[in-house]
Amino acid sequence: MSDTTMDKSGTGKPGFLSAATLQKAVAFVVLIALVLFFSIFANNFATGANAVGIMQATAVNGVLGVAVTFVIISGGIDLSVGTMMTLTAVTAGLVLTNLGMPLPIGILAAIAAGAFMGAVSGVVIAKLKIPPFIATLGMMQIARGLALVFSGAKPIYFNDTPSYSLLSPESTISKLIPGVEIPNGVMIMFIVAIIASIVLNRTIIGRMIFALGSNEEAARLSGINIDNWKILTYAICGGICGIAGLIVSSRLNSAQPALGLGYELDAIAAVVIGGTSLAGGRGTVMGTIIGAFIMSVLTNGLRVMGVLEEWKIVVTGVIIIVAVFIDIVLRKRA
Amino acid sequence: MPGEPEARRPVIEMLGIEKSFPGVRALHNVRFDLFPGEVHALMGENGAGKSTLMKILTGVYQPDAGEIRVDDEPAVLPGPQAAQARGISIIHQELFLMNHLTAAQNIFIGREPRKAFNLFVDEDQMKRDAAAIFKRMKIGIDPGAEVGHMTVARQQLVEIAKALSYNARVLVMDEPTSALNETEVEHLFAVIEDLKANGVGIVYITHKMDEVKRIADRVTVMRDGQYIDTLPAAATPMSKIIQMMVGRELADQHRATGHGTTEEVLRVEGLNRGHVIKNVSFTLHKGEILGFAGLMGAGRTEVARAVFGADPIDSGSIRIHGRETRVATPADAVANGIAYLSEDRKHFGLVTGMSVRDNITMASWRRYISGRVFMRDAAMDAVAKEYVAKLRVKTPSVDQVTRLLSGGNQQKVVIGKWLLRDCDILIFDEPTRGIDIGAKAEIYRLLEELAAQGKSIIVISSELPEVLRLSHRIAVMCEGRITGELDGRTATQEDIMTLATQRNATAA
Repeated sequence: MSDTTMDKSGTGKPGFLSAATLQKAVAFVVLIALVLFFSIFANNFATGANAVGIMQATAVNGVLGVAVTFVIISGGIDLSVGTMMTLTAVTAGLVLTNLGMPLPIGILAAIAAGAFMGAVSGVVIAKLKIPPFIATLGMMQIARGLALVFSGAKPIYFNDTPSYSLLSPESTISKLIPGVEIPNGVMIMFIVAIIASIVLNRTIIGRMIFALGSNEEAARLSGINIDNWKILTYAICGGICGIAGLIVSSRLNSAQPALGLGYELDAIAAVVIGGTSLAGGRGTVMGTIIGAFIMSVLTNGLRVMGVLEEWKIVVTGVIIIVAVFIDIVLRKRA
Repeated sequence: MPGEPEARRPVIEMLGIEKSFPGVRALHNVRFDLFPGEVHALMGENGAGKSTLMKILTGVYQPDAGEIRVDDEPAVLPGPQAAQARGISIIHQELFLMNHLTAAQNIFIGREPRKAFNLFVDEDQMKRDAAAIFKRMKIGIDPGAEVGHMTVARQQLVEIAKALSYNARVLVMDEPTSALNETEVEHLFAVIEDLKANGVGIVYITHKMDEVKRIADRVTVMRDGQYIDTLPAAATPMSKIIQMMVGRELADQHRATGHGTTEEVLRVEGLNRGHVIKNVSFTLHKGEILGFAGLMGAGRTEVARAVFGADPIDSGSIRIHGRETRVATPADAVANGIAYLSEDRKHFGLVTGMSVRDNITMASWRRYISGRVFMRDAAMDAVAKEYVAKLRVKTPSVDQVTRLLSGGNQQKVVIGKWLLRDCDILIFDEPTRGIDIGAKAEIYRLLEELAAQGKSIIVISSELPEVLRLSHRIAVMCEGRITGELDGRTATQEDIMTLATQRNATAA
């Protein structure tokens, strides 16, 4: 991924690594170290099949992480990304299975549903002035409830749409380049990340998001209509949740309405581990992807080593705290 | 030393104090002393070093060199607690009280009297102790009242009570009257007289000459981080003190010479907003610099923010170029060519984490888009460089984050933002606050150039020399009203101060 990040927190001094770049580098080194560690100490870790498994596991969290990266850089937070993902998966299920529409319509419906719900969160935050934490906490339950209601609390299978597996488990690239068994879900994650990176660094949308997160009041007093940009930010986040919903339901060949809760915390963890500041105004998509990989390598490695699943949760918690501590130390230095 | 009572030793002596911050020498060979039962006024323009000196006295900063003597003995004050333990307290301009706690709880925070095996706070004892202090100060504050519900004046008295509860013998008061009305000021002075009588020494930081004359025994003037002189307050003429502060005869001071055209650009009529803006009307002409003078809290910033659409108004009309215009949001204002440059550049002017280029172009980003969304960074680079050159912004490059620029250069970046946006009505709120003397002159020149080019400028300033230096016309505010208008070429500081303190003109 060509993350030609315009470093918002950079000092502008040539030859001086900024805190954000540094932390991204640190995160990357940690990722490599983890991979090496497990390769040496865990049998069956460094196998092709396991690598594919790790990537599969990263795809959903990575895409959700990218979604919430937008919101966090803008100075907000979105707790609803997990259940929003579920709601969009259910939407795809309704459109494809219940209504029998063609695949592209299902894909569009899922993304549109996410974008719409995201925009609703945005309106609540920008216009009703409800703090993002509360607004999206509400949206988390609304989306979760709606997913159960719309699906009748039962999984919706995609058996009538065989091409649905194209979205995640299949590997189109392995047909083009034999031996590269990267599942489509992972490819989609990389594509989403690249586009997101371009949007954040090269477009007015990204510039506004960084400005909102750095100093919302200064942006407002510059004559910028901050409400509209905020709403757009949450809508983008929701739309990307729709993509995550497609990937996860494709992998499971079903929209599972009870799924989703807890995904938001993993996504936020990936963002934070990747060096994006929860205070806003600072962050990169590439960092988030690295963060998502660190989490899934850790989960997978510990499992392969035979460590209890539960311990992985503990380790993830520790990693989040360490990552933020590193961020604070680096920022003080810079 | 004149006025020094014989056989009394100073409670505080500071000698040869030096303090530097990266790139600035804040204090150079400064001395200061204070006797028990004395009010010693500390005066000087913004940036003269008064606050730094007092931060050293109260243990917040450590001096690079020099000696602090308390009770005639060398003292080291490694922190505010150490200063407090020696009886040195400060009442800040902005009060540090916990609004949801009562007066008594605030006074004894962190050292509450306990009862029942030290497990519970003895609220009654605390209230009694607080009441005793209030009684000693001869003020009637209910120790059980929540501080957040009190007026600023009463909150200040609670702060003073808190200082006294630490057995303060030295009280530093930083612009204590800036937010008080006349009655409250009288009350405060009575409390100060009382403290004096009880042997408390008071360092009184102020800009207000009449207050110095009223309550100070001696006055020390600082300028540009240096000690100028200490004189008896009563016997020294005001003009002499002012001259020491500004370092030049007032008569020689540069004054605004030009004047605007007669073309009306902005007309504000009957502006009202709660208690802060009361029936404010004024006009602004093309090429004119209109000064807004007044004491802190007079409502000048509020008027500016209302005209800019940053705060909602209750009533009033705004005509721009003769046309009635609705300005409900800053976006409306900017679309109509009005720009507001806040004194608080870090919070309201700049996105300090972003580059010079992004800040200069921020209000105009929509102009630098291709393909509907893509930022034309090269074009933005070019235009930012153009403005950096035009405004003589000192920055290594347009990629520099604005946080790292000096105050003067930050201000220029904000000015550049609005010029690029084609704003022709520029409202400057304290344009030189936090800007060093050299850069000030440059900002003044810049404002004059802009006016000469036909921009219409409003300058809000609390520094009278600045208002007189720049303004073609001066509107003076007091307590939300415009109390008068003066011709900038003939007005005097006294004229302005008279209008700025006319608080009872309509209230009585």
